[in-house]
Amino acid sequence: MSRLSPGALVRVREDYPPGHIRTPVYLRGKQGVVERYFGAFENPERLAYNLTGPKKDLYKVRFRAADLWPDYQGSPKDVIEADIYDHWLETMG
Amino acid sequence: MSQDHQNHHHHDHDHDHGHDHPHAPPQPDDKVHSYYQILSIALKELLIEKGVVTAAQVRQFIEKRDSITPANGAKVVARAWVDPAYRARLFEDGNAAAAELGFPITGTRLVAVENTPDTHNVVVCTLCSCYPRDLLGLPPAWYKSRAYRARVVREPRAVLREFGTDLSDDVALRVHDSTADIRFLVVPQRPAGTEGLDEDALAALVTRDAMIGVARIEDGAH
Repeated sequence: MSRLSPGALVRVREDYPPGHIRTPVYLRGKQGVVERYFGAFENPERLAYNLTGPKKDLYKVRFRAADLWPDYQGSPKDVIEADIYDHWLETMG
Repeated sequence: MSQDHQNHHHHDHDHDHGHDHPHAPPQPDDKVHSYYQILSIALKELLIEKGVVTAAQVRQFIEKRDSITPANGAKVVARAWVDPAYRARLFEDGNAAAAELGFPITGTRLVAVENTPDTHNVVVCTLCSCYPRDLLGLPPAWYKSRAYRARVVREPRAVLREFGTDLSDDVALRVHDSTADIRFLVVPQRPAGTEGLDEDALAALVTRDAMIGVARIEDGAH
């Protein structure tokens, strides 16, 4: 059972730790919505040091382009989606 | 006699140079390796020296990689266009659907995303160069460029226009940033007027760029 369900409003942790982080900097601190749950995967932050486990839940998170870029040129319906591990997502409200 | 002229006459000839033609004499291999290319060659040589891999294994791996082409993905797309049950399986489990057609995918999960009249999908890896290599082969050089990776999440419509793809504002654009273990395959819209084509003829219409999402397959292009 995953912690978050599709439709959940989330915020990407605004944190800048050293290491092999697969959470893009342009999404840190940004709000999005869970689009789907992919299952549990090895954590790249540990794999980079040849360590495995514990696996982390992985979600596809949808961000509105206009929320990421205040001067975004395009349709208000445009979105950016990225795959974010559970420990990088905070729930909202 | 100049040095150049001497070189010109000392290299191996595979045809007679007594005639008058404009090409420059063949040059020695003057490729300059970057820091990381030298590092990777050094790493390869060390792994071979230590017996971790053999030179033949490295060569076989590269040969196998190079044998995978976008035609494999095109077969998956064409099957999805003609077979609704296969299409459903592709969206349910991309790895199983690709394996059904003889294209095994290992280590990553393939997720198909569908272009419709209302939604257009485009794929990037802003962090490095993640790409569905098991199905489409190696990514094009531009896919790995910093310009594409930075701009397609920042001004995707401008980037698509540069590829000749003009999206109207009522089409929602969905950019997929491949940041983890998922690899995305765009299933383009089947062009109009292709009702009479069989699966092989349809597969021939499906291009690499359409499966990345920077292009559409034009109606009447066949």
